[in-house]
Amino acid sequence: MNGFAELFAEYDILGAFWMNIRLTFFAAIGSFVLGIILAVFRISPVGSLQRVGAGYVNILRNTPLTIIMVLGVLAVWGQLKITFSDDFPLNFFTYAVIALSIYHAAFVCEAIRSGVNTVPLGQAEAARAIGLSFLPAARLVILPQALRGAVTPLGNTLIALTKNTTVAAAASVAESSGLMKTMIEFRPDLMIQIFLTIAIGFCLIVIPMGLLTTWLSDKLAVAR
Amino acid sequence: MRKKFLTTTALAASALLALSACSPSESGGGDATNGDGEGGSGEKVRIGIKFDQPGLGFREGSNAPTGFDVEVAKFVAGELGYTEENIEWIQTPSANRENALENGEVDMIFATYSITDARKERVGFAGPYFVAGQDLLVRADDTEITGPDALDGKNLCSVTGSTSAQKIKDEYAEGVNLVEQGGYAECVNYLESGQVDAVTTDDIILAGLAATSTNQGKFKVVGSPFTEERYGVGISKDSDQCQAINDAIGKMKEDGAWEEALTTATEGTGYTANEELNTDTEMESCS
Repeated sequence: MNGFAELFAEYDILGAFWMNIRLTFFAAIGSFVLGIILAVFRISPVGSLQRVGAGYVNILRNTPLTIIMVLGVLAVWGQLKITFSDDFPLNFFTYAVIALSIYHAAFVCEAIRSGVNTVPLGQAEAARAIGLSFLPAARLVILPQALRGAVTPLGNTLIALTKNTTVAAAASVAESSGLMKTMIEFRPDLMIQIFLTIAIGFCLIVIPMGLLTTWLSDKLAVAR
Repeated sequence: MRKKFLTTTALAASALLALSACSPSESGGGDATNGDGEGGSGEKVRIGIKFDQPGLGFREGSNAPTGFDVEVAKFVAGELGYTEENIEWIQTPSANRENALENGEVDMIFATYSITDARKERVGFAGPYFVAGQDLLVRADDTEITGPDALDGKNLCSVTGSTSAQKIKDEYAEGVNLVEQGGYAECVNYLESGQVDAVTTDDIILAGLAATSTNQGKFKVVGSPFTEERYGVGISKDSDQCQAINDAIGKMKEDGAWEEALTTATEGTGYTANEELNTDTEMESCS
């Protein structure tokens, strides 16, 4: 027990986890917005937009996140010298959020598309019949029902996103997996405590998300 | 058409599997040899080194490893009665060193392994065979950065979980911008492109990086170490080899092989080991 107290006194563990939560929050917003746009592309009646959506999803979904993260920092910051902010931590935080967003947008898009498949075809036909063109039909009829049907896969994506924020260490963001490396380097005598701290920390963040997802998906399901 | 595609994919996949099945046995030197080693411990010695630290412990594919750590390891193993052919090199990344010793995967570790009290809780140390210090690597034409105090407003790169760049921020230059990366190769890349102004870690590691053929002449080590890192030989806690290793290190320093290995590893960087720290170094007591 003393070991845990020592770790918490010596290292800013809570601060590191707070960084993971902040990354999750901003990347969730970013990937959700981008994901919806992509989903609309993919269900749109325009062939070229469909192909752009499908191309994005297939390329990004099949590229390891680490590569996107490292490429962002190594190529865009290191070689092209594009800086988002003079404040260094904020600059890298932005890079990490962008990388996480563009990667998870592919998964959000597919989750929403699976939700669209739960909406009966008759709904789209009825929307057309009352004179709505594609965008109003998607906005007023299809997507509201699709999102309610997509709560579970969206929740899964959020959980995956939370755990993937640890990859942000590659973009020089001081978060929990980087801190774990530092702690193992300097306090190998507390190896088990370090491991348990990080593992339990993530459980504490992720388990409520899972519970909330289940509760929401029951509550919001469209009764048919 | 579709069937053909599937067949090709399946073939490619099985080929990949076969390849990946080969590699561990190759790099690990084969499990069979491990089995042999247990029978007569006098035959083989398993030495843990780094494979990714040019100038100290570096190994490409299955080539012979090179570097200062490797040379010291060879000399010490020679003094303990092992020929070079009997050394089995095993990769021990930083986070894995204590586990490797505790589980008996390696007999000795020469891998820029600083002696610290926290580590002594789990493993034993002989040596030190070298005393390094935290230092800075800068571009060869840089004259502004002369030490950690000159880093205010500059960008500084280090590796996540290594000798602390935070220390520089806390103790020397409050206005320094820190970048933490997964490896030193990235840091050197940024240093070359101009996005960072200095890279920090132990001086000999920096010298090794600057001495590689692609980096030759581009960078220099500032040469004012501001910490003391005593590189020890990691051994298991119940090992009885400690004194013998200390004697071997003493002998290597005396007969000039130590100096020679160091010069070869850092050639062309103008780096010299801190003499004050490296003469008459106090050795571990081996109790």
